[in-house]
Amino acid sequence: MDYATFNGLYTLFLIIIFVALILWAYNKKHKKSFEDIGNSIFDEHQDSTTCAREKSEQTGAKK
Amino acid sequence: MTTATTIQPDYNYKVVRQFTITTIFWGIIGMSVGVLIAAQLIWPVLNFDTPWLTYSRLRPLHTNAVIFAFGTSALMATSFYVVQRTCQTRLFGGSLASVVFWGWQLVIISAVISLPLGYTTSKEYAELEWPIDLLITAVWVVYAIVFFGTLVIRRTSHIYVANWFFGAFILTVAVLHIVNSLAIPVAMGSMKSYSVYSGAVDAMVQWWYGHNAVGFLLTAGFLGMMYYFVPKQANRPVYSYRLSIIHFWALIAVYIWAGPHHLHYTALPDWAQSLGMVMSLILFAPSWGGMINGIMTLSGAWDKLRTDPILRFLVVSLSFYGMSTFEGPMMAIKTVNALSHYTDWTIGHVHSGALGWVAMITIGSIYHLVPRLFNQKGMYSVALINLHFWLATIGTVLYIVAMWISGVMQGLMWRAVNDDGTLTYTFVESLEKSYPFYTIRFIGGVIFLTGMLVMAYNTYKTIVAADGSIKPQELGESGS
Repeated sequence: MDYATFNGLYTLFLIIIFVALILWAYNKKHKKSFEDIGNSIFDEHQDSTTCAREKSEQTGAKK
Repeated sequence: MTTATTIQPDYNYKVVRQFTITTIFWGIIGMSVGVLIAAQLIWPVLNFDTPWLTYSRLRPLHTNAVIFAFGTSALMATSFYVVQRTCQTRLFGGSLASVVFWGWQLVIISAVISLPLGYTTSKEYAELEWPIDLLITAVWVVYAIVFFGTLVIRRTSHIYVANWFFGAFILTVAVLHIVNSLAIPVAMGSMKSYSVYSGAVDAMVQWWYGHNAVGFLLTAGFLGMMYYFVPKQANRPVYSYRLSIIHFWALIAVYIWAGPHHLHYTALPDWAQSLGMVMSLILFAPSWGGMINGIMTLSGAWDKLRTDPILRFLVVSLSFYGMSTFEGPMMAIKTVNALSHYTDWTIGHVHSGALGWVAMITIGSIYHLVPRLFNQKGMYSVALINLHFWLATIGTVLYIVAMWISGVMQGLMWRAVNDDGTLTYTFVESLEKSYPFYTIRFIGGVIFLTGMLVMAYNTYKTIVAADGSIKPQELGESGS
């Protein structure tokens, strides 16, 4: 295989990988798990700025 | 879901605090040097006939200070903070984190001493000589061990996207630095070394390094910052996590090829120049993917911009990011580059990215961080954050508009020819015409630097206040 053919096939290979990545990421099956990961930064521990807010929420009416 | 009841892991905030403070400190130093050399271009007498204060030695000091002292300290602070909080575990490696902090400060001090003394490899953004390069490599390896080690011991099932960007930045900068800094010292006792590369290969390696320092340090790293602090500050998850995956892989796959656009119309083979141009144009898409993802995170919560100047910093930084990643591909087009290259337009472009994107997203992130690191409910004064926001925005706009006009004017003057083929203008004529714009640039720089001093004061007042004594404020409330 000459160099040009190799380059062509390699480029094709990369395109296939990239399209597969898009299909994988936008697959409906994975929608929820990706949304959960996006939300994951909010289910961490309290920090100094949130303590007050969370306390006031807890003393408020039950939702 | 379990919230608020879980016990907070014993996060290592000490190193984050240290890097956060040094970010502000080195930012002020680096930008002050920038203001000084901007003034030297108007009043050359300001070098006081001292070799250490000449423009040629202070300019690399300015670039190294803002990129590696200010920018990289900010990246180390935020990456250590984000990786702990998103992995819900303490930093890996115990005191290794302190080794990263003190090692990196040693690198910066070495630069501050050696560059004014005139030690330079003359490679742009890689001016530091070989002993310092070795030190950088050692510190960087420890940094990588701490960061990736923390990912390994994470308590979450996934690795949040911000860490992907930080990880790509750490890995790629290691490779770039080692390959571009390969050099042979003149003697073991000498600071002087020569690169193992020569000619066009040297130029290509240098700009492969140079552009990817932009792509991976100043872009990917700060996108990592963006993917954590924009959603946190807006209190909404990122607009599309799926877009972030596509945008990440596209960005890191394409950026590495764009370097040749720094070498248009040089001895670099023509095909390499064209490849660099095409890859730079393609780069527009993943760049805007990130910008859209960041800005759209605010969709439905735009009203927060009215009351939260921290969010203003973050969103305006994304606007500048979008603007400069549109401008970049345009300038990489060969025919446009024929006009823009070697003119002030390039300086304007760089600062639209450096002040508008890198500095503003850093400033916004630090205002988010400081209260959390020092047990406060908010910064000492939200009004001062707002003041800083306007100083930063006005300073940046003055700077880049001055450089745009000056740059295009220079390009047009340099290419103008008379009917007989001789040049219409001498170089000195174009320089004379640039003076008013150099003055505007200087004023813009002073305004931006003033904002940094306001930030330092605000941070100082926040740190020295008794724990928890500062109440959360909104813009327009008392005290403003």
